[in-house]
Amino acid sequence: MLKIEDLHVSYGAVRAIKGISLEVDDGELVSLIGANGAGKTTTLHTISGLVPASSGSITLDGKDLRKTPPEKIIGLGLAHVPEGRHVFARMSVEENLAMGAYIVRDKAKIKRQLDMVYAHFPRLAERSRQLAGTLSGGEQQMLAMGRALMTEPKMLLLDEPSMGLSPILVKEIFSIIRELHDAGITILLVEQNAKMALAISDRAYVLETGLISMSGPAQELLHDDKVRRAYLGA
Amino acid sequence: MGVFLQTLFVGLRLGSVYALIALGYTMVYGIIRLINFAHGDFIMVGGYTLIFTVPLMTAAGLPAWLAVVIAIAVCALVGVGVELVAYRPVRRKGTGMTALITAVAMSLFLENLAQAIPAIGPNPIIASQLFAPGGFRVAGVTLDFVTIYTIAVSAAVMLLLYVFTQKTRMGRAMRCVSEDKSAAVLMGISVNRTVLTTFAVGSGLSAVAALMYVAQYPKVYTTMGSLLGLKAFVAAVAGGIGLIPGAMLGGLVIGLVESFTTSYISSSLTDAVVFLILIAVLLIKPAGILGKNVGEKV
Repeated sequence: MLKIEDLHVSYGAVRAIKGISLEVDDGELVSLIGANGAGKTTTLHTISGLVPASSGSITLDGKDLRKTPPEKIIGLGLAHVPEGRHVFARMSVEENLAMGAYIVRDKAKIKRQLDMVYAHFPRLAERSRQLAGTLSGGEQQMLAMGRALMTEPKMLLLDEPSMGLSPILVKEIFSIIRELHDAGITILLVEQNAKMALAISDRAYVLETGLISMSGPAQELLHDDKVRRAYLGA
Repeated sequence: MGVFLQTLFVGLRLGSVYALIALGYTMVYGIIRLINFAHGDFIMVGGYTLIFTVPLMTAAGLPAWLAVVIAIAVCALVGVGVELVAYRPVRRKGTGMTALITAVAMSLFLENLAQAIPAIGPNPIIASQLFAPGGFRVAGVTLDFVTIYTIAVSAAVMLLLYVFTQKTRMGRAMRCVSEDKSAAVLMGISVNRTVLTTFAVGSGLSAVAALMYVAQYPKVYTTMGSLLGLKAFVAAVAGGIGLIPGAMLGGLVIGLVESFTTSYISSSLTDAVVFLILIAVLLIKPAGILGKNVGEKV
């Protein structure tokens, strides 16, 4: 579904991504793990067009994302849940979800998606009138994910969904990611919590200072000595 | 009591005009974090458009004030033009400071451009009557029609704007872009188109302000927007820059302060008191009356 080839990204003179290639197949849950500053978020931002690539190619089902205006990418079925949630703090939960469906014109579909999101995240339904800025971190994460689901995307980019959350909430978020995966949504997951990410993923890539240092089935990486030492604290 | 009520009405009239102008400042600031110093000059653009189009209206047998429709269109076009020609290119390359300087430059440019147009020139032009004169007296207070219209039109425009930002797709897109540009893009919102709409709406409001202002003070001149714009900007900041209700409240407060200072203290101190109030407000509430210093949640 998603195919990245020889991608390079620079911020001014700083080369953040130095030629990575990766692929996510239909229905797969693939994670991208690595230390802080390795370029994980930059990779996702480049896919979504928030950061321009300097060279290389990014395609979604054969469509060139580098030639697609950033605001058109959601229309291709690719939704991005950014790091730090980025919910619209001064809008209510329900307004945030409505904004998630900004490109959807069909009112019945919006209603259907809203019900689906509330079914996945009952807590959002309870707080539908509350301002998003007043939600807890975990609730904001749920809202950001729910908002991304409003267009019924075929693929999700999840950036650090567990960041800053309590262990119980981390578990909850990961079990929801698994649910979404089981529902057939293709997912590219960026996580610092490598252990949890690998545990639910089909495959994974390890990003190290802008380069992919390792890749393979998640179970293999989970038991790889180098990965264990560097990212799993074992 | 008569003086008090009269002062109150004048204050509300002044405040309504300030509020309409302040909305333009605050909407643009909210969306691109730029103080559009040229915004005050859009009132001048609106004023001259009225001067030149009112005769057309009267010739066609239409009421003079209908010229505001043309003024709204002209102001919206000028606002969009300024954004496209000056602000957007500068924003893409430069910093907030370069954009600010560009805004000051656009203000001077518009004032001087107007003066260079032969039909305008350096001397003020007096507008013909925009509304039928008259009014009525109640309990020792004179309520002239212009004051009533000004307050009513501003209230109606603000209500419309509120509905627009809360209920319409474009209005919601505006609020999203103003809160979080990259998240807005991820929702599929075109930031450029939203910014242009904001300029069009904000500048259009200044044409309505021009109508109400010129109806009261018919002298139109090239720098008429400077002090007017500056005070409306003060209103926007006092109310909480970037917040639409803040601009409305700030405008009314400034108008009332001005009116009461003129009536009860001295008309020569009016502007001084307005700016003193601004300083006082910002000392007590740095983000403005309705502003909140909200920390980002990580």
